[in-house]
Amino acid sequence: MNTNMSTATLTSRLGGLLMAPVNLLMRVLDIPLRAVQKAAGIGGMAAVFLAPNMLIFGIFVLLPLVINFVYSMTGGTAFFLSEREFVGAAQYERLFQCANYLDPMSCQEDAFWTAVGNTFWFVVLQVSLMILTALITALILNRDLAARSFWRAVFFFPVLLSPVVVGLIWKWILQRQGLLNFGLYQFGVEPYTWLTDRNWTFVATIGVSLWAHMGFYALILLAGLQAIPKDLYEAAEMDGTKPARVFWRITLPLLMPNLLVVVVLALIRAVQIFDEVYVLTGGGPGTSTLYLTQYIYETGFASALRNPGLAAAASILMGLVLVVLTLVQLGIGQRGEKKGKR
Amino acid sequence: MKTKSLLAGAAFALLMSTAAHAGDVRIMWYSDGVEGDVMKDLVGRFMKENPGINVTLDNVAYSVIKDQLPVQLEAGNGPDIARVTAIKDLSKHWLDLRPLVKDAKYWDDNFGAQADWMRPDGSKQISGFMTQITLTGGYANKTLFDQAGVPLPGPKATWEEWAAAAKKVKESQKIPFAMAIDRSGHRLTAPLLSYGANYVGQDGKPAPLDKGAKDFLTKFVGWNQEGSFSKDVWVSAAGSTYRAAADDFINGQLAFYYSGSWQVANLATKIGNSFDWVAVGSPCGPAACTGMPGGAALVAVKYTKNPKDVAAVMDWFAQEKIVKEFSERTLFLPGHKGVVDKGGLDFKTDNAFAKAALTKYVEASKTTSDTALKLPGWRWSDTVYAAIVTRVGQTLAGELKLDDAFARIDADIAQKVKDAK
Repeated sequence: MNTNMSTATLTSRLGGLLMAPVNLLMRVLDIPLRAVQKAAGIGGMAAVFLAPNMLIFGIFVLLPLVINFVYSMTGGTAFFLSEREFVGAAQYERLFQCANYLDPMSCQEDAFWTAVGNTFWFVVLQVSLMILTALITALILNRDLAARSFWRAVFFFPVLLSPVVVGLIWKWILQRQGLLNFGLYQFGVEPYTWLTDRNWTFVATIGVSLWAHMGFYALILLAGLQAIPKDLYEAAEMDGTKPARVFWRITLPLLMPNLLVVVVLALIRAVQIFDEVYVLTGGGPGTSTLYLTQYIYETGFASALRNPGLAAAASILMGLVLVVLTLVQLGIGQRGEKKGKR
Repeated sequence: MKTKSLLAGAAFALLMSTAAHAGDVRIMWYSDGVEGDVMKDLVGRFMKENPGINVTLDNVAYSVIKDQLPVQLEAGNGPDIARVTAIKDLSKHWLDLRPLVKDAKYWDDNFGAQADWMRPDGSKQISGFMTQITLTGGYANKTLFDQAGVPLPGPKATWEEWAAAAKKVKESQKIPFAMAIDRSGHRLTAPLLSYGANYVGQDGKPAPLDKGAKDFLTKFVGWNQEGSFSKDVWVSAAGSTYRAAADDFINGQLAFYYSGSWQVANLATKIGNSFDWVAVGSPCGPAACTGMPGGAALVAVKYTKNPKDVAAVMDWFAQEKIVKEFSERTLFLPGHKGVVDKGGLDFKTDNAFAKAALTKYVEASKTTSDTALKLPGWRWSDTVYAAIVTRVGQTLAGELKLDDAFARIDADIAQKVKDAK
């Protein structure tokens, strides 16, 4: 009893000692904060507390956005704005100068339109497959499997890897003298150049990005599945409802908010695809896996004669696409909320 | 008063930690091989001899030099001295050492041949000196040739003769490819010049692709399509991204590899005794048998706070005995006329193939064409290289027809020239 008391006293004293600097800091901060509250009023304190965050947001997000827009209205190769010539919408005109938008080779900036086309197909295919595989994985992982935690970790593990590591791992597997060809050779199959065949590389970039990110989306969907009340399934079972009907009538509607988050996150991430593909294929063969972000990077920083204005214009257009996608998500989300309230 | 003193002390400490002291010189350096270690040793010796100057050697990745240094320089920052390859492109940022070095005539006499490569057009500035002169050239896997019973083509052999011989070796030895050339406009320029190409127009700006350029590019694409050349290297990236085919040669997958002198140390280290290899210089075309010169330079940056100390460092490293020692220890070809003319370089390697290769490159440098010698100092070289690599890569990937590629190369270059105005 005495030991317990002395332990409690000791803990309390230690806590007091550790908290002393915090208390001191609070007292010091209290003086200016009282003065601020007096000036701004209690209602104004919300703005005061939000101000640092808004300041950081303004400096690191809004300001670069504005500067990027200004860059897109300038020409030349210099980096300093003061040394750049104002060209108005010329960079945008250059990007849109095209005889036929479906034939990139008829456009002045053929690489831009090739990248737009590649990104479009990548987004459509990768996001569809991502949702499908993440949903199936989440449904399987939600069942009473043996070693369920182990399997969850296995599917989530690639998410922890850096995109560059992902790219390198798959490069070592898929290159001409890679692991896949070595394995196939053991079965008498001739080595194949997976990373230099236009059709295969496109498939490879989709497959690798699925492997790398699917675990993250499956985890979100798994959380959604676990939040669905079990009694609904029990009631359906008692009614003798078929599993497919249970899925379409209970699981899918109740999983919709999580699914929506997954769709939007996957869409945005797919539009921004860059790092693992850059390491895996470098955008090749030719331009078959050249996506928008790589086009912007190459045009702005990596080509022999940089054109920051053109890169800025392309990134503004890409930003607009992302804004539209986000607005669509917000719209669908709000409609879903209204339906739920009714 | 006490608070003011504390604040003043803190401010002084901050200033001391960020500002360059008199006598401080910072060098940004990248390494392909062992030159970083050699440089570190030489910097130590310099500081012993010059106790008033403190040199800090920042060893960085080549990508830092290529991508980050230009941005730092545009912002008026950067190191005091840097080892760079884009020497002409960034020349407006280099310090004029002419009034600062001990003997400007020594610099002109010994480094004058490459001085134009690293100074703005029309100026007489001394910006620095070449730490290595490189020359493009071919390597042959002698063991494969011997096993196939195919004699190595002679010193004046043409690209066609090399292609035919390498193809025989490929078929006999069942290797994936006969030949490969790095994915680089600089590398591809050597055979283009040998076929009579000239990139420079009469106004000093890029000229449209001429017959010589088109002839070789047509052959090159044909060789790739029939499988003689390794297409992998060229279609493995988009745009003007650089790719080397050295690993394929090192792994015994190629009979002939076209790269350059900077690969000697790499090949010597990695091939070891696995097979015999020889440097064979540049194959000939109808117009010449030339390689393309190039290299890396040590240049002074004009934003330095300590120009006199920078000049002292540059003077020390530019000494004939230091250049000779640096070249011998790094297996680099020197860019110092005195060292080249006197000869007798004793490259520090036990590898007989490497020694023979270096001797071959010294010999091959004598047949470098005048056009090739001018290109490293021409402002638009990188622009032309980038356009050629991008469009030839697309052609080999099956995205463009050759004639469309030629038209696109000309259009790309014209657009870049317009952008740069």
